[in-house]
Parts: sequence; structure tokens; C-alpha cells
Amino acid sequence: MINRRKLLKSTASISAVAASTVSFPAILRAQAAPIKIGLMAPLTGVLAAGGKELVEGFELWWERNGREIAGRKIEITVEDDASNPDTALQKARRLVEQTNVHFLVGNIVANTGLAVANYVKGNGVPYFIPVIAADDLTQRNRIPNVLRIAGYTGSQMTRPLADWSLKNGYKKVATVSQDYAYGHEMCGGFAQTFTEGGGQIVQQFWHPLNTADFSPYLGQLQGLGVDAIFGMETGADASRFLQQYANFGLKGKIPLISAMNVADQSVIRTLGDEPMDVVSCAMFCEGAQDEATKTFVGEYEKRYQKLPSVFGTTHFSGAMWLTQAITKIGGKVEDREALLKAVREVELKGSPLGPIVKLDPYGHPVYNVFIRKVAKREDGKKWNVPIATYPDVGQFWKYDPETYMKQPSYSRTFQGIKS
Amino acid sequence: MSVFQLLNGMTFAALLFIVASGFTLIFGLLRIVNLAHGALYLLGGYIGLAVAQATGIYLLSGLAAMGGIALAGLVLDQTLLRWVKGYELRQVLLTLGVALVINDLTLVIWGGDTFSVPVPPELQGAASILGVTYPKFRLFVLAVGVATFLALWLMLNKTRLGALIRAGVDDAEMVEASGINIQRVFLLTFMLGAALAGLGGWLGGAFLTLYPSADSEILVFSMAVVIIGGRGSLVGAAVGSVLIGMLNTFGQVWFPELAYFVIFGPMAVLLAFRPLGLFGRAA
Repeated sequence: MINRRKLLKSTASISAVAASTVSFPAILRAQAAPIKIGLMAPLTGVLAAGGKELVEGFELWWERNGREIAGRKIEITVEDDASNPDTALQKARRLVEQTNVHFLVGNIVANTGLAVANYVKGNGVPYFIPVIAADDLTQRNRIPNVLRIAGYTGSQMTRPLADWSLKNGYKKVATVSQDYAYGHEMCGGFAQTFTEGGGQIVQQFWHPLNTADFSPYLGQLQGLGVDAIFGMETGADASRFLQQYANFGLKGKIPLISAMNVADQSVIRTLGDEPMDVVSCAMFCEGAQDEATKTFVGEYEKRYQKLPSVFGTTHFSGAMWLTQAITKIGGKVEDREALLKAVREVELKGSPLGPIVKLDPYGHPVYNVFIRKVAKREDGKKWNVPIATYPDVGQFWKYDPETYMKQPSYSRTFQGIKS
Repeated sequence: MSVFQLLNGMTFAALLFIVASGFTLIFGLLRIVNLAHGALYLLGGYIGLAVAQATGIYLLSGLAAMGGIALAGLVLDQTLLRWVKGYELRQVLLTLGVALVINDLTLVIWGGDTFSVPVPPELQGAASILGVTYPKFRLFVLAVGVATFLALWLMLNKTRLGALIRAGVDDAEMVEASGINIQRVFLLTFMLGAALAGLGGWLGGAFLTLYPSADSEILVFSMAVVIIGGRGSLVGAAVGSVLIGMLNTFGQVWFPELAYFVIFGPMAVLLAFRPLGLFGRAA
């Protein structure tokens, strides 16, 4: 029979147990509890396809390598950010405050990433961004707990492309780009390096996102007498741009060089011959012949019946990166400082991003970068093959970081053009 | 104003007209602001894509897109819209819901990649016209747009059905009172409007490509066309399409930074002075 005293005792012991789980150091209870990862991706809206591939790439790593590190299960909660900063913020809150994830990964659209970054700035939750490319997140406005593992910035990718263009004999280039931060940065990196090397940017066209009809721009581009056109488009805009570029007869007449998104698998796989020969620059090239890339591309294709895009590749590599860091700290992800330190110290080898990848002191990766060209594989599928490699490219190119960060961020009005 | 940019504007206007004429028919006669019109356009494009991929016969894919969407219109009207007849707000909400459902369904079936309806070799490449080299497919869209206008104009002005529709736009109750089954006219009009969305999707699928959210983009354009042209007016839809098409093209050429404003700015001004649009009449 339970009397009052016994009852009091048992409740006391229950609350003692409860208290102990809270107050004991993380190390003691780390054994059983799973490591909770919050993965965010746009699964509806314009970027749904990219978001799906992001999740697929991330999942592929765990499928291949097991969902357990240092005796702790890996538990991934996927949330849809709907390409909308409000939703992204809500979902990040839910993941952190209700699901109690240990850290956040993901997002595609810059403004969703910025919304989440702003949120974790206040509470210190580690946030890893393999796709969010906004320059300043690892430059002028960097946040110590936001690290761009396996990621890239817009301006980083177009500088080697500008260098290659100069060496390839292009003197005059016009740019056409979506009018938002990512486009400004992509074009800015290109324009600055290209003009500093003696090239000339003849004209820059900025158009709104989701431009239905590119013909007005193509008509003007045709008459400029440039050696090449630099295109910066994402998603459906990229498909339309490539199609209309071909339909209006510019293809084959004026070479097209582009941001990596234009020639990304997510765009070119559903097109015909329109993207052939487009030159772009990325830290990843699905047609590269090194073992790590071949293995990854083979496994991805087998699992999902398509060649991997930048979204899948970066998140696969990101998962690999996190695994190394978490293993190093023995699975103790509750210690945020230790986790961030371990992530910073990773030297990633054997990933599809090349022989060795590591973070610079600002939390941004340094790796080999490919100049790549769209070609056809034996089976007729289009893919990017490398035509040149730039070793150890970081976000600051050949500039001194501190001096570089004194110049304004790229915008439509500041493109770093040297006249 | 070069011939080239003029053609750009006209070909885009032709596509807009095809989509917007269906929208304005439904809006004018049935008084339904069919927010699912864009979704029907997208679905039509995907049906065209599927049939073209399966059979390789371009014309058949077009007929399938029109027929399939007319059928979808029939189902939509008979199963859902009939319950909310006369309640405008409910209709708007219902069609918006249908639009979201269709959009998500297409995402599940076709994925989110950007697709383009394959075009036969005869329509690929460029042709020389008026001294400029211009893509054949866009000229084809222009021709279909003009043909659609003529066919609709003849239908509305020279046939009994057209007379009933016009009468219905003016006063549906009077038509019914004179012994006409107005419900059947309503249904036929709704299916015709839906079929035009399907036709637009089929053409637009090669012109603008198909991808999630393409539906809301075309919907915004066709609403602008109908608002400028005036509810239920075919000529209004044609004039509105040409205006929007030209504003879109020359706006991008002359004021690239203000590309959207150039379209919707004038629309706002027009609404301030002519709330019923250029050719609209009070109900």
C-alpha cells in the first residue's frame, strides 16, 4: 500500500532522476541519446527540385556510412523552408526549440540562409551552410557559429573564370544576370578580376528573377561586338536563358561563359543540346575522372537515377565533413565550442570536392576549382568535364583579406570594375 | 523601335492573349475569378509534355493538352464550383486552393526540374522575316495567337453560342428567363476557357518552360491583361496582351532596372482612371 510518505519519496526520486539528466555534464548522458541534426531545404516552391537533391545528397552519405557516430545514433529531421525567409526562421526555431537539434544544416536561397544565420547569431546554435553563398556571411558580417563547410561564395567562383577568360583571349565581355545579391556577387567577382587583368566589361544587364522572356536582352547582346557573354542565372531562368540563347542564334556565334548554376545538372539534364560547350567554374565537376568523384557520381546515379547537382554534392560532402568532426570529439556535440573547433580543423580528403578541402580563418573553404565545359558522356547524357584547374582557391582570391574587406560589398552599383 | 524587339513584344503578347482570353471569358460570363487558371495552364503544359514524349507527335500533344484541360475544367466546375455559385469570395478561395493542389500534384508527378515541351524540327531554328533572323517557334506562337483571336471573335459574334455568351455577360438572368439553359452555356464557356489555358500551357511549355510556380507567374500576367482590357472583353484581352507584351519587352530594353514596375505601374494608373479597364462595362 502506498502511503503518503512513500509517495513523497518516490516522487522525490523521480524528480532527482529528472534533475540529474539536466544537470549532469553532457559527457555522462552522451552514450544513449541520439545526435539530432536539423536539415532545412526548400521542398516546395521554385527551388523544390534543388531542395530535394540537397536532402538526397545528405542522406546518401549516411546511407552509405551508417547512421551512428561514437555510439550515438544520427537522427535527421528535415524541414521545408519553402524558399521563404519567414518560413525558414520559423522552421529553424522549431528545430532548435522543440526538436532540440544540436545543430542546423542546409537551406539554398540566400535570404533564407541569412534569416537563419541571424537567428543563430543570438543563441549560438552551430549552423552549417554548404549552399548559402552570400559573400559577407564569411567576410564582413561573419558569425563565429556559422561555417560554410563544403560551400562556396559567388565571387569566389567567378574570379578563376575571369582569369581563364583573359588567358583564353577574351578582351570584351558583357554580363547578363539576375538582379539580386547572388547575381551581383557572381558578376562582381568576374568583373573585378577581369578588368584588373586588362579586360573590358562592355555592358551589364540586370533583370528581375523569373524573367519570362530574355529576347529583349539577347537582341541587345547580339549587337555589342563582345568576345564572350557571361551569364548568371539560376533555376528556370537558367533553362530559359540557355534555350533562348540557342533559339536566337547566339549559340555558336558568341561563346557563353557562366556562373556554375547555369551549367548545373539541375538545369542541363532536362535540356537538349542548348547547354553544350558552356564554360563555367565550380569546385565540383561531375565529369572529373578522379576516384572520389567517380565513386560519388556512380553511387548517386545508381541511387537516384540522375547525375548529381551542386546541391546534392555539397551536402554529401558536408555530411562527410560533419562526420569527421563529430568523430574527432567522440560524439559530444553538446559542447558547441568543441564541435565548431573540430569542424574548423577538418581537412577533408577523398570528397567529390577534390583532394583536400579546409576552412580559412573566416570559416570558408579553400579547394581546387575547375573550369569546366558541358560535354556529352558516351551514353549521351550531358555533364561538365574539366578543362582547367586552379589550385587552392579561397574566397579572397589573390587579395589580402583585410584589405579586400575594406572595399564595399558587391552590388549593382559596385562591381569592382577597374577602368 | 527595332523590328526585332517589336516581334519579341508581339510573340509574347500572343502567348499572353491565349491564356488571358480564357481567363476573361470565365471571369466575364461566370463572374468567377478563376485563380486556378494558371494551374490549369501549367497542367496543360505538363500533359502536352507527357504526350509529346510518349508519342512524338507534336500536334497530338497540343490536342491532348487542350482536351485534357477542358476535361479538368468540366470536373472542376461540376464537382467543386457548382457548390459555391454566387459566392464570390468562396469561389476565389476555392480556386486558389485548387491551384495549390494542382501545383503540388505536378511537383509530385514531374518533380521540380525545368522541362520544355519538345518542338518538331520544322519549328526549330530561325527564319528570316522583315530583314531579321527570328526563331520560328515564336512566329508559330504569334500565328496561333492571331488564329485564336479570329476564331474566338467569329465564335462570339457570328454563332448562336457566342450570342448566348455575350447576352450572358450582360444579364444572365434575362437569358435564363427567355428559356435558355444558361447553366449549359456556363459549363461550355468554362470548358472553353480551360481549354485555352491548356493551349497556352502547351505553347508556353516550349516558350517559357515548365516548372513549379510557372502557374502563378502567368496568372499575374493574365490578370494584368484582363484588368487593363476590361472584364469579359475579347478585344480588351487582345489590346491588354499587346500592351503588356510591349511594356514587358521595351521596359526591359529601356529601363531594365524597373522591368516589373514598367508593367504594373501603368496598370495601377489605368485602374485609377478607368476602374473597369479599357473595354470593360459596368455589370
